[in-house]
Amino acid sequence: MTNGGAGEMFFWGVLKRDLLLSFRRKSDLVNPLIFFLMVASLFPLGVSPEPTFLEEVAPGVIWVAALLATLLSLDGLFRSDFEDGTLEQTLLSPQPLFLVVLAKVFAHWMMTGLALTLLSPLLAVMLFLPVEGMWGLMASLLLGTPTLSLIGAIGAALTVGLRKGGVLISLLVLPLYIPVLIFGTGAAQAAITGLPLSGYLALLGAILVLGLVLAPFAIAAALRISASS
Amino acid sequence: MADKKWVPRWFYQLASPRWCYDITGKLLPLFAWAALLLLLGGTAWALAFAPADYQQGNSFRIIYIHVPSAILAQSCYMLMAIAGAVGLIWKMKVADMVARCCAPIGASIAVLALATGAIWGKPTWGAWWVWDARLTSMLILLFLYFGVMALNSAIENQTTAAQSTAVLALVGLVNIPIIKYSVDWWNTLHQPATFTLTEKPAMPVEMWMPLLIMVLGFYCFFAVAMMLRLRNEIVTRERRSGWVKELVQAQSR
Repeated sequence: MTNGGAGEMFFWGVLKRDLLLSFRRKSDLVNPLIFFLMVASLFPLGVSPEPTFLEEVAPGVIWVAALLATLLSLDGLFRSDFEDGTLEQTLLSPQPLFLVVLAKVFAHWMMTGLALTLLSPLLAVMLFLPVEGMWGLMASLLLGTPTLSLIGAIGAALTVGLRKGGVLISLLVLPLYIPVLIFGTGAAQAAITGLPLSGYLALLGAILVLGLVLAPFAIAAALRISASS
Repeated sequence: MADKKWVPRWFYQLASPRWCYDITGKLLPLFAWAALLLLLGGTAWALAFAPADYQQGNSFRIIYIHVPSAILAQSCYMLMAIAGAVGLIWKMKVADMVARCCAPIGASIAVLALATGAIWGKPTWGAWWVWDARLTSMLILLFLYFGVMALNSAIENQTTAAQSTAVLALVGLVNIPIIKYSVDWWNTLHQPATFTLTEKPAMPVEMWMPLLIMVLGFYCFFAVAMMLRLRNEIVTRERRSGWVKELVQAQSR
């Protein structure tokens, strides 16, 4: 980074702008969280309200609900910027696109992943998750949800110019979410049974680091392609 | 072009749809015969002459379909990603076409691998499907193929579609090593690799020889299917060019 100072300013500027925009549109902020709550409450109603059963499936259900809530919020990630021309201006600006993308994804994660993580104890209580599993669940969500935002942003960037992006994003992104889901629920399950969960968390961390380094390139390339058409 | 000496001439020639159409026309019968002979010979040898397995008896013979299709499904994905990357970097139309043709073939081969695996799993593991690492990662490969096809058909503009698909295919490349090493990383029901480059196969030569022939046969079949699709794609996309019009006129006479 030759223009470290400018780049840094730029990063925080984009981050602040995106956060401000979502706080101005409260519904965008709250909708994924409500969705998260609703999906998780479907399971006791649809499958079985038995506490013994629910405590077994709780980590998985909470993880799947978080994953779907993230998926739901992805469509708007670049769409408004694409429609009002901000995206094109950003592409033309001399600042590295890598930074913009990283800032936008970070803002998205604070709105969804971080919020979902903070909300997860409530769901855990609703689904009778044993207290021992609480920290494991929260830690796995904290490490896993940023990866969901990063991978999801690739899908959002690829489909930003399309009218029917919603379902398509799910198709593109869900297969790539599966490893995160496996290790995320694994960590929570290990915490419940009293097994060490550092291995799972280390793997989630490794996936996150890999995503942080590589995903912004893919997102930037996808945005350039989508904007050029 | 003086500083581009390290790129061979045939690589540039491949970028020409017309030249590509001609060369595939010449190669097609060659690969078709090779595929036919290898697959027929391999199947006969595998089903009739190879010895039965000491534990599984004759049910193991599905390996001769299952392993080649599993290998090919992954190779096809890699080809799709590499061709997509070539299309992104050198803006070669033909590379984009190759990548596009790979997806449906690869998806069908992946379905074949999963189906034969299920049929084989029933007598040996007692279940059609287990959520084992190798099976799951193979299923993810199929989903990735679906995603690539969905994205490609969703975007109107052909160039944009090709570029977007290439990015997606490259991202999905992460799954290939996961499939490969899933049997080593996790304790799974699935057996480890039959063929490795570094070690001798654990089965006797009269068992793995037909398998090798089947793998080669599957690759030749893939080449045939690929070239047929590619030629179709080339003619469709170049339908406004002079040489395609001449070709159509020559054939309709």
